[in-house]
Amino acid sequence: MRTIGFLIQKEFIQIFRNKTLLPLIFAVPILQLVILVNAATLEMKKIDMTVVDKDMTSTSRQLIQKFDGSPFYQVDKARFSVKNAEADLKDNTADIVIHIPHGFEDDLLDEKEADVQFLINAINNTAAGLINAYTTSIISDYNNKILAEQIGKKFELPVEINYRYFFNTQLDYNIYMLPGILVILVTIIGMFLTALNIVREKELGTIEQLNVTPIKKYQFIIGKMLPFMVIALFELAFGLVIGHLFFNLPMEGSYAVLFLFTLVYLLVALGFGLFLSAISNSQQQVMFVMFFFMLTFILMSGIFTPTESMPEWAQTVNVINPFAYFMKVIRMIILKGSGLADIRHEIYSMLIYALIILSLAIWRYRKVA
Amino acid sequence: MTNKNIIEVENLVKKFGKFTANDQLSFNVKKGEILGFLGANGAGKTTAIKILCGISAPTSGKVSVAGFDAVKHPERIKQNIGYMSQKFSLYDDLTISENFRFFGGIYGLSRKQIRQRTGELLQRLDLYDYRNRILRSLPLGWKQKLAFSVAIMHDPQVVFLDEPTSGVDPITRRQFWELIYEASEEGKTIFVTTHYMDEAEYCDTVSMMVAGQIRAFGKPRELKEEYDVASINNLFIKLARN
Repeated sequence: MRTIGFLIQKEFIQIFRNKTLLPLIFAVPILQLVILVNAATLEMKKIDMTVVDKDMTSTSRQLIQKFDGSPFYQVDKARFSVKNAEADLKDNTADIVIHIPHGFEDDLLDEKEADVQFLINAINNTAAGLINAYTTSIISDYNNKILAEQIGKKFELPVEINYRYFFNTQLDYNIYMLPGILVILVTIIGMFLTALNIVREKELGTIEQLNVTPIKKYQFIIGKMLPFMVIALFELAFGLVIGHLFFNLPMEGSYAVLFLFTLVYLLVALGFGLFLSAISNSQQQVMFVMFFFMLTFILMSGIFTPTESMPEWAQTVNVINPFAYFMKVIRMIILKGSGLADIRHEIYSMLIYALIILSLAIWRYRKVA
Repeated sequence: MTNKNIIEVENLVKKFGKFTANDQLSFNVKKGEILGFLGANGAGKTTAIKILCGISAPTSGKVSVAGFDAVKHPERIKQNIGYMSQKFSLYDDLTISENFRFFGGIYGLSRKQIRQRTGELLQRLDLYDYRNRILRSLPLGWKQKLAFSVAIMHDPQVVFLDEPTSGVDPITRRQFWELIYEASEEGKTIFVTTHYMDEAEYCDTVSMMVAGQIRAFGKPRELKEEYDVASINNLFIKLARN
C-alpha cells in the first residue's frame, strides 16, 4: 500500500508540473464541448432555396411565402428556368429548388389538384433527407390550409398524428450530442494519458530503474492507473458542470449510478492504455495505434448514427467496442433516468471486459529490461 | 575483508537468437570487493549486469547474488542491490529530494529513514542546499553522483554501476570514485563497468570481457605481471585485439 502511495504521489507531482498537460486537461473539455456540441448538429438551420416561379400568381407567391416565413428556409434567388436553377445546385449556392409550373393557380382552383417540383442537393444524404422532411411538412401544412378554406372551418383529417417525444421532448440535438462527447473526452484522457505515461518512462529509461526495484507488478499497475482514473472522473464532473451551465443538460438519473458505471468503464479504457503501452516501445507507436482504434471505435459507437441501424456484423463488432457501451449507458442515465437495474447487463459486460483486458496487460507487462 | 562470496556465477550463457552475448561466464566476487567489469563496446557487459540484477533471464547457467538465485528469486535480489544504468534514469522533472523520497519509498524505507538518508547522502555530496531543485537544470556530473546516491539509499549489499562516469569531467570522476571507495569500506560490493582504464587500476579485481567471454580475471597487479604489460590499458588492447 505504501509503495502504491509513493508511486501515486510521484505521478501527481509530475502531472501538475507538466506545463502542457495541465492546461490541456482543463481546456480540452471546454473546447470540445463548446465547439463540437454546437458544430456537430444534424439540424438544418439555414436551407438555401432557389425559386423558379413560372406561375407568377398570388397563390404561387403564397406558397413561396410559406417557405420564406419558416426559420429554416432562406429564399435567396429567383430564376426563370429550371436549367438556371440547376446551376445554383451545382455551384452549391442552393440546397433546394422549388419549381412552380405555369398554371399552378388555375389547376388548383379548377381541378383541385396541382403539381410542384422540388430539386434537392443530395451531396450530403442526411441533409437531403432532412430537407425533404421539412419540405414535406410545410407542403402538408399548406394543403391543410387550402382544404380548410375549401371545405370550411369544421375540417378535420380523419386520422391525425400527434407526436410526443419522450426523453428529449424538444428533440434538442445538444442534449443528445453532449453525453456522447463526454464519453469521448473521458476515454481519450484516461486511455491516452495512461499509455503515453508508461511509454514515456520506457523512452526515458526510468522504467529500467523501476524494474530493478522490488516493486510488485500489481503495485506498479495500480499506481499508474489510479491517478489517471481520478483525472478522468474529474473530467466527467467538469464536463457535466459545463453541460448544466451552458447547454441546459438535464440529469434524469443519479450521479452515483453514472459515476459508478464510469468507474467500471474506466477499468476497460485504462486497461486498453496499459496493454498498449506494454506492447509498444515509443510514444509514436502508441499514438498511431491509438488513433486507428479510437477513430473506428468512435465512429461505430453510435455517437452520430444509432447503432441499431448498423448492419448486423457491425453490431456484432460493437460487442468489443467499449465506447458503444458507455455511449448507450450515459444517454440512458442522463436523458432517461435509468437506474442500476436497467444498466446491469452493461455493467456485467464491462466487468468481464475489464478482467480480460487487465489480465492481458498484466501478462504482457514484464519487469525486464 | 571476509571471504564470503556475494556474487557467484557459474557457466552463465545468454543467447539472443543465434547470437551469444554471454558465453560460459564463471566468476565469484567477495563481499566488499570492487570489481571492474571491463570490455569493448558490445562485449556483453550490460547483458551480464542485467542478468545479475534480475531484469533479464539467463539462457542457462547458475547465478546467485546476495545469496539469492537470479532465476528463481529475482525479486529477492532486487531488495538487496542498487543499480545505476548507462542511461541516466532518475526523474528529470522531479526535485532532488522528490527523487530520493520516491525511490526510498519504493524500497520500503520509512518516512523517517528517507529523511535521514536523504540528508546524509546529500550532505556528503554537498548538495543539501540544492535539494529542492528540479533535476533537469543540474549538470550531468551532479546527476551521476545523485543517481549513485539513490542507488545506495536503501543500503544494498551489492551496487551495480553501468558506465557511471561516462561523459563526466576528470574532477567529478575522481569524486565519484571516492564515493565508490566509501561505499566499499561500508562493506558494499561494487560491480562497475567502465571504459576508462585508469579507473580499472583502482579496482580490487578486474574482469576482461571479449566477444561474450571472460578472457582475464584477477587483481590488476597480478594480471599485469601475468600478461607482461605496463598497464591495464595495454592489457585491454592486447586481449581485445586477439
